[in-house]
Amino acid sequence: MTGEQIIFLIVALFTLGSALMVVTTRNLIHAALWLVATLFGVAVIYALLNAGFMAVVQVVVYIGAIAILFIFAVMLTRKDLRDNTPQTNKNWWAGALVAVLTFAGLVFTLQGWSGFSKTAAAIPSGFDAISQLGEQLTSPAAYVLPFEVASVLLLAALVGAVYVAFNKK
Amino acid sequence: MIPLSWYLILAAALFVIGLFGVLVRRNAVAILLGVELMLNAVNINLVSFWRYGDVSSMAGQVFAVIVFAVAAAEVSVGLALVISVYRRRNTVVADELDLMKW
Amino acid sequence: MNFWNDPLKVAATWLEGIFTGWGMDAVLAHVLVVFLGVFLLVTILMVLDIFLVWIERKVVARFQDRIGPNRLGPFGLIQPFADIIKLIIKEDTTPDGADKVVYNLAPILSMMSVLILWAVVPLAPVMLGIDLNVGVLFLIAAGAIGTLSIIMAGWSSNNKFAMIGGFRQVAVMVAFEVPMLAMLMIPTIFASSMNMNAIIEAQNIWYFIISPLGALIFLVAAIAELGRAPFDLAEGESELVAGFNIEYSGMKFGMFYAGELLHAFTFGGFWAILFFGGYRFFGLEQVSPFLAILILVIKAMVGYWVIMWVKYTMMRIRIDQMLGFNWKFLTPLSFALVLVTALMNTLLRGADSWLYVTGMFLSNVVVGWIALEIARSVARRERERLEGPTKVVEAQH
Repeated sequence: MTGEQIIFLIVALFTLGSALMVVTTRNLIHAALWLVATLFGVAVIYALLNAGFMAVVQVVVYIGAIAILFIFAVMLTRKDLRDNTPQTNKNWWAGALVAVLTFAGLVFTLQGWSGFSKTAAAIPSGFDAISQLGEQLTSPAAYVLPFEVASVLLLAALVGAVYVAFNKK
Repeated sequence: MIPLSWYLILAAALFVIGLFGVLVRRNAVAILLGVELMLNAVNINLVSFWRYGDVSSMAGQVFAVIVFAVAAAEVSVGLALVISVYRRRNTVVADELDLMKW
Repeated sequence: MNFWNDPLKVAATWLEGIFTGWGMDAVLAHVLVVFLGVFLLVTILMVLDIFLVWIERKVVARFQDRIGPNRLGPFGLIQPFADIIKLIIKEDTTPDGADKVVYNLAPILSMMSVLILWAVVPLAPVMLGIDLNVGVLFLIAAGAIGTLSIIMAGWSSNNKFAMIGGFRQVAVMVAFEVPMLAMLMIPTIFASSMNMNAIIEAQNIWYFIISPLGALIFLVAAIAELGRAPFDLAEGESELVAGFNIEYSGMKFGMFYAGELLHAFTFGGFWAILFFGGYRFFGLEQVSPFLAILILVIKAMVGYWVIMWVKYTMMRIRIDQMLGFNWKFLTPLSFALVLVTALMNTLLRGADSWLYVTGMFLSNVVVGWIALEIARSVARRERERLEGPTKVVEAQH
């Protein structure tokens, strides 16, 4: 087993463990903090995949904005959900069953795929993923339209969030 | 070298953990936490397909970036809705938000 | 390869040779050497931090017409050590109902978010932790961890003041991240790279001269990010007692305090790197890496001094004023500046360097002037709405 594989296994276990804590812990602030741990693990996974830009953006967007927003939301809606009431509904066993079956189904489907266990080719020397990404995001021949649509979506979400959460006195 | 299967299984596991959270949690904020886990699992898949496929085609990373934008939009509107509901109904337990149910 | 030209590599090769000589695996030896390098850098920074306490106290004393620490040792140089001994032997308290794990984790994260920044700081042409091609974004990413540590401290202390302080700080940091990110785009546009080293190498002319407005906005956003006066609402002694760190005592408080000082120094360093040529100074950096480090530290100290200067001469502003200032003035201004800079950069790309510099400088001046005029007319309308039209009083000479 190579060093890279050991690092991957440690990070994967950490990510999955903290993801389990996110969905099972009773204290919601702790759940949000465990989410931060999970997101951090995913950022390390991106770094292992040679996607440094994605790793940093993961930390900036997810931890810096989304996780903080979650912590805020938990604090603002905390009054009647005491930490000692059950946090799961009474059908939790059905949920667990669906989750396990989905996992089994996914793995089973992937197993039959020919590219399942292929390994990555080395990244060609001089290949700059960031400038490639930037060019393709702004090139009309590539993905400029999805990029613009995403920006419109963000603007709409901004306006919508302000409108919905605004407290009309 | 790490085979692609490891990343895919990790992503699948993260996805079903998120799914479990969405199905099982009572608190609306916690349900959104589960949705975030699922989106992250999808992103791991997209980036690993980029790495293990043709590196010069950036489709995987481009779509991961768009998933980031969608996730940010989803969280901001979703949490705004939760807070707005909390103001009116004084609860964020999904089971108790049953005004539209007959 | 001689030691004075590339000390880091020579030392690393030498150490790795020793470790493998002991029969150690080559990969393990490399990991160990990298670990030792990180350990060494962090130790140097912590020792520097001790002296930053002394510098800060001396400078603030001068601003307030005092002498500052002068009893222990020459120029009071032993004073910071006395401070540290005091912090260590103080009682370590944890409030009732505090969330213990989160409460103890917060100061560590706070310190870590500062130390991690030094991974991408190029100390000299050949000396940098990691040559990250997204170094500029790394700055924001580390700031996100700092934000997290503050909200963790504020929440876990089980104290209303701490909670309000944490809320305020997060509101401020999330808001000022936007102009900061926009201003980080300006050196990126000029150097067409997000790599810190490439940005320094491209600065034949300091970016402060090409984009003075960008440097100023970056400084303002950095001060807000640091949570120093005039943006120190998270602590706000007069209204929040001490804000998010109210319940911390002993060395846990010391970690927040030391983290804040080192953070200010680090941002001074980043200001120097992004807008003042980093370790470059008329080719002196080519002589020896040690000289390059010295140049960078001096520039960072100047930046740190400017941050202190602002801190000790400005008063704290209200939270609504501060957020209004950010969302209604700084953010639109920084976006406009990025747009104008990108446009001018495209137009002037092939031009002579003096034309490029003049054009960029003038475009900055124009953008800044228009922004100030708009702000002035808005402020006048606001004033007239509140007080009625002002009568123009002739100056009497």
